[in-house]
Formats: sequence, structure tokens, C-alpha cells
Amino acid sequence: MSIRIENIAKSFSAFRALGGVTLHIGEGEFVALLGPSGSGKTTLLRIIAGLEFPDDGRIIFSGKDVTDTPAAQRGIGFVFQHYALFGHMNVARNIAFGLDIMKRRERPSKEAIASRVEELLRLVRLKDYGSRYPSQLSGGQRQRVALARALARNPRILLLDEPFGALDAKVRRELRDALRIIHNEVGLTSIFVTHDHEEAFALADRVAILNSGKVEQFAAPTVTIATPKSDFVRSFLE
Amino acid sequence: MRRRSPTQESGLARYTLILAALAYVALILLLPLGAVFAEGFRDGAAAFFAAITEQDARSAIELTLLVATISVPLNVVFGIAAAWAITKHEFRGKAFLITLIDLPFSVSPVVSGLIYVLLFGAQGWFGPFLQDRGIEIVFALPGIILATVFVTFPFVARELIPLMASQGKAAEEAALSLGATGWQTFVHVTLPNIRWGLLYGVLLCNARAMGEFGAVSVVSGHIRGETNTMPLHVEVLYNEYNFVAAFAVASLLALLALVTLALKTFLEWRHRDAIAALGH
Repeated sequence: MSIRIENIAKSFSAFRALGGVTLHIGEGEFVALLGPSGSGKTTLLRIIAGLEFPDDGRIIFSGKDVTDTPAAQRGIGFVFQHYALFGHMNVARNIAFGLDIMKRRERPSKEAIASRVEELLRLVRLKDYGSRYPSQLSGGQRQRVALARALARNPRILLLDEPFGALDAKVRRELRDALRIIHNEVGLTSIFVTHDHEEAFALADRVAILNSGKVEQFAAPTVTIATPKSDFVRSFLE
Repeated sequence: MRRRSPTQESGLARYTLILAALAYVALILLLPLGAVFAEGFRDGAAAFFAAITEQDARSAIELTLLVATISVPLNVVFGIAAAWAITKHEFRGKAFLITLIDLPFSVSPVVSGLIYVLLFGAQGWFGPFLQDRGIEIVFALPGIILATVFVTFPFVARELIPLMASQGKAAEEAALSLGATGWQTFVHVTLPNIRWGLLYGVLLCNARAMGEFGAVSVVSGHIRGETNTMPLHVEVLYNEYNFVAAFAVASLLALLALVTLALKTFLEWRHRDAIAALGH
């Protein structure tokens, strides 16, 4: 699905988080939102997800205006910085959650849900972990579960908020590669938020650099590195 | 010999502190509790049971249980709603609402009772209106329930607010992003996350609902066999120099509290793994 972000503005009381952001993201693209803390990148991601509503502007998924659609009906997958797994459910039930809560008429059969969970566990390489609880997993494993859970209902769009932020360098690199492979295999349009420019440039097709609620540059990594558009971008690359 | 850890005090200091703490607990908590039971059984078990099965005592016990059965569920519903609104949403006047929830804790119970006499009593604001329609609130069951609900209002909300605030909104947002409705999110995510805090709040709320004296005393009218709850009945008996009966009913009240605490401890022990998994 393509995503068009048109002139999105958002303020929290006196603080202006986003001041008119426009980005056009093509189907199948892997985009990074890069910026220092307070630049508005997470707010923008949450607005795309429907977890926050903008003061102004539109969000359009493949020609359909979803600006006023609540998160539950946008058909997106969202991966949270601190995983946000359900502590009282085991891994399999966490992953199945999005399917279990569907209306009876639309819900797949028990067997179909179980085999979908198996398939997702294999995809994130946690095959034998279905009956474990989140508290028994490492950070990297928890983030894999969160990813599998977000993919369960086959979203066309995957949104990730600093997905590797809380992990150590080695696990980070592993998960990064895994995510890129899954993005290609599943055929997703993905947007992830990061403050690490190396990560953004290594992983994304295009990187949007944000500063104080404005987009400074939105281009492929090679273009941004060759021709930084502003002093801010230049200073951010160093 | 076992080495002591670097943060541990020397033997003498350690034992002095432990003894002081034990003596304090014995003097403040155990001795009065023991005295209540000892006095209740002073004339033997037969006198004890006669005192608690006597007509007025039975009606006081029934009234207390009825009041708790109605007011605790009410405060569970409103406590959860208040805690949920305060911790998961931003709105104007939030700080004021939090202060308001604490009001029953800071207001003297006598005042809490008087409020309802002022509102619904014979000379109260709505008194004549209600009298014309034959509705009794003060000196009747509805007044006792209102006063109890008011006094016990903060227990559930106060227990849940810090817990829900520390848990944040991420799990709820995850459920929403997975397509859950608000109600599904509440039932499958919020409620399981707060159940232990909720249980504790319910038990405290219940203990206070059964034990409340001041506010209930003002609105009850002390009609024996009709509007006397257990604490009020204890006072009546005591004022009539019927000490054995007074302490017998008092020990029953204390027993209810002990059972409540034992129940909580047992449930925590039974579900210790689940509690540990939730991280609180």
C-alpha cells in the first residue's frame, strides 16, 4: 500500500510537534524517519497508525483517506519500542491476539489460527517458544514476538517505533537483517523511527530527516550523503 | 560460621532492632486483637455464641453484609472507571478529579454522614420532596449505603491509579493496533494487568465498608434490629455495660477482617508465578 502524508500538523498544548509534514511513500518501500528526540518522528508514526489524531492534514492509504479512521480499523501492524507484549499471555496467545478478537463471522478457525501462529513463529525464528511467557524471554526475542504479533492479521503496512532501541549491538544487527528480509518476503510497506543515522541508512530505501517538526530532506541514503540539503542534515550525518 | 553481608549490622544492633520491632507489633497490633477475642470468650463459648446469634445481633450482621454487598461492587465499577480515565486519558481538570477522589479520606466521617442528613433529612434540601413521596433515605438503608459508598470510594481508585500509571498505555495501544475494540482491550488487556491491585482494593474497600462507624452512625438513627450495623451494635451493647456481648460481636467483626487478609495472602501465594510474570 502506498502512504500519502499531506501537510500533517500536531501540537501538544504549547509545544508544536509537527508543523506541516508532507511525505509520499510508494508501495513496498522501506522508509526511515530519522531525527533527534523532540523532532516529531514518533508523533508522525503514531499519527500514521491512528494512535494520535492530527490537528491538520490528511493521511491517505492507497487513495483511501484514513485520517479519521481509528487505529483498530486501519489494518496496520505496529511494533512498539518496549515491545508492549501482554504479560499474562504466552507467546502463542500474544501472536494470536489480533485473530482471536475478530468477529465470529470473520474469525479463522482454531486450527487456522494455530497454524498461522506456527508459521509466524518460524518466520521470526522462535519455533519452540509458543508456550513461554514474555517474562521468560530476552529483549531480542520479545521484539521478535512483537513483530510476529503485528504481522498476524496480514497488514499491508508495518510501522515500527525505535524497534531496536533497547537492544545491544549484536542483537540489533541480527534483527535488522531479519526485518529487512521479512519486509521483502511479506511484501510490506514499512516505516520505522530511529535516531541512529547509521541504522537508517543501512536499512531504508529512503530516509526522511526530521528537525523540529519539519522534514529537512527525504531521499535515498546515497543521495542524502552525496548532497545534503541543509546544514542540519550535514551536522546530523557527522 | 555464616559471614554477615557488608550491609548487615553487628549482632547486638540487629537483635535490638528486631526485638524493638516485634515488641511494637505485639503492643500495637496483636495485644488489642487478642484482648477483643479474650473478652468475647470471657464467659465461655456458649455466652459468645448466644451473643452473636441473638436477634438484634443477627439483624446487625445481615445489614452489614447487605451494605457491603451493595457498596463494594459500586465502588469497584466507579473506582476502575476513575482510575482508567485518569491514567489512560488527558483531560482538563484531571488534577482536580484526583483531589476529589481523596476527599472522603480527608473529610471526617461524621461530616460525611452529616452531608446526607443535610441533603435528605427531614429538614434537608430534598427532605420535604422525598417525604411527600414516601421515600426514606436518612435513618434507613439507602442512607447507610450512601454514607458507606462515600467513605469507601477512594479505596479501589487509589489502589489502581499508581498501578495503571506505572503500566502506561502501550499494551492498550498494542491491542487497538491489532484491531481490538475498546471493550475487548479492557477485558483482555487492562483487567488482567490490574487484577491483583484490584483484588487488594476490593478487600480493603470491603473491610472498611463492614467496619465503618462514624458516617454510618450519623445517618443510621440507631434503630435496634433495623438500622444498626455491626459496629453500631457493638457500641450499643458496650454502652449498656453488656461487655461480653459487645466484645463477642467485635471479635466477629475482627474475624471478618482477618479472613479478608488471609484470603488475600492465600490468593497471592496460589498465583505467585502469575504475579511475578506481571512484574508487581
